[in-house]
Amino acid sequence: MIFFEGTDVWTVAVIAGLTVVTFITRSFFFISSEEWTLPEWAQRGLQYAPIAALAAVVFPEVLMQQGHFMPTWMDARWVGALVGGAVYFWKRNVLLTILAGMMAYLPLHLLLAW
Amino acid sequence: MFLKAENYRHPAFMDGVRDAAPQATGVAAWGLMTGVAMMNSGMSVMESIAMTLFVYAGSSQLAAIPLIAAGAPAWVILATGFCVNLRFMVFSLHLRPYLMHLPRFERLMHGYLTADMSYILFTRRFAKPGSDSDEQQTQTAFLAGNTCIIWVSWMATSLFGIYLANIIPTAWGLGFAGTLCLVSIFCSLASTKMRFFTAGVAALTAIAAYQLPLKFNILLAIVVAVILSMSLERFRKTPQGYEA
Repeated sequence: MIFFEGTDVWTVAVIAGLTVVTFITRSFFFISSEEWTLPEWAQRGLQYAPIAALAAVVFPEVLMQQGHFMPTWMDARWVGALVGGAVYFWKRNVLLTILAGMMAYLPLHLLLAW
Repeated sequence: MFLKAENYRHPAFMDGVRDAAPQATGVAAWGLMTGVAMMNSGMSVMESIAMTLFVYAGSSQLAAIPLIAAGAPAWVILATGFCVNLRFMVFSLHLRPYLMHLPRFERLMHGYLTADMSYILFTRRFAKPGSDSDEQQTQTAFLAGNTCIIWVSWMATSLFGIYLANIIPTAWGLGFAGTLCLVSIFCSLASTKMRFFTAGVAALTAIAAYQLPLKFNILLAIVVAVILSMSLERFRKTPQGYEA
């Protein structure tokens, strides 16, 4: 059965865990009927955690190659990400970001094998 | 929730659908690429479908995909997903007064279905929670219509992306579009100088500590960046209420 090919219990458990994470974070303040709120320091921390997490995932993903920091500048990923980021700040549109980033990335990746 | 008759029969439901329709194209592109990225990372068809249907959070899915592929410990993956999702906790705090009149189960379902786009559109349309039951009903129906179209376009395109990834070779590098989706959420969050600082610290720490086993560099980067940002914020505060 192609559907179950390569499926392992560990990954399924991680997916179940991530489902719980989505559910709890999205409905966190709807759970209790009591009037309450987070302490002030926690609310301030909440402002920074999401962008820290995204930066920690995105930058190594774009700039690292086999465990090394930019062994060569001839890498299509940082070019694509840079163009995508610039277009996002210019147009504020996810679709255009993806299209522009891919248009910078694909020729370098496919034609020059960067 | 959009499965409830008093929501989808309400005129504000279609209003919510129309309001979100232009944004649904961006969500569709993002969903498509998340579908492709899941398959390209080596997840099975069943795993990818389950992740699409249940996790329903593009940013935490895309953050989790490379960690799953690298075999990071489950708790590291869940903690990373949790941190990426912490922005939703801020949303639910804001939406609380709008939805507290509903029974708990319905509130929780509304919360689960309200992702970035729906939150932004809903709070843009309704600056204040409804003061009587008519207004509350209108707002709930609007939110239901809004989350409905976003949910449908995400699911349809993400499943299509899973199908597409079976035809298109991985070597073409279309999975990179998943990274570009993360880049756009990243840019949308980089709204203040302090957040740029947070992002810079997190990026440097994650790269400098890359050799740590089990992708611990990501957790370390989050902790260092949040602590440094919170302590720097303390110094920046002036009597005039200096805003970061």
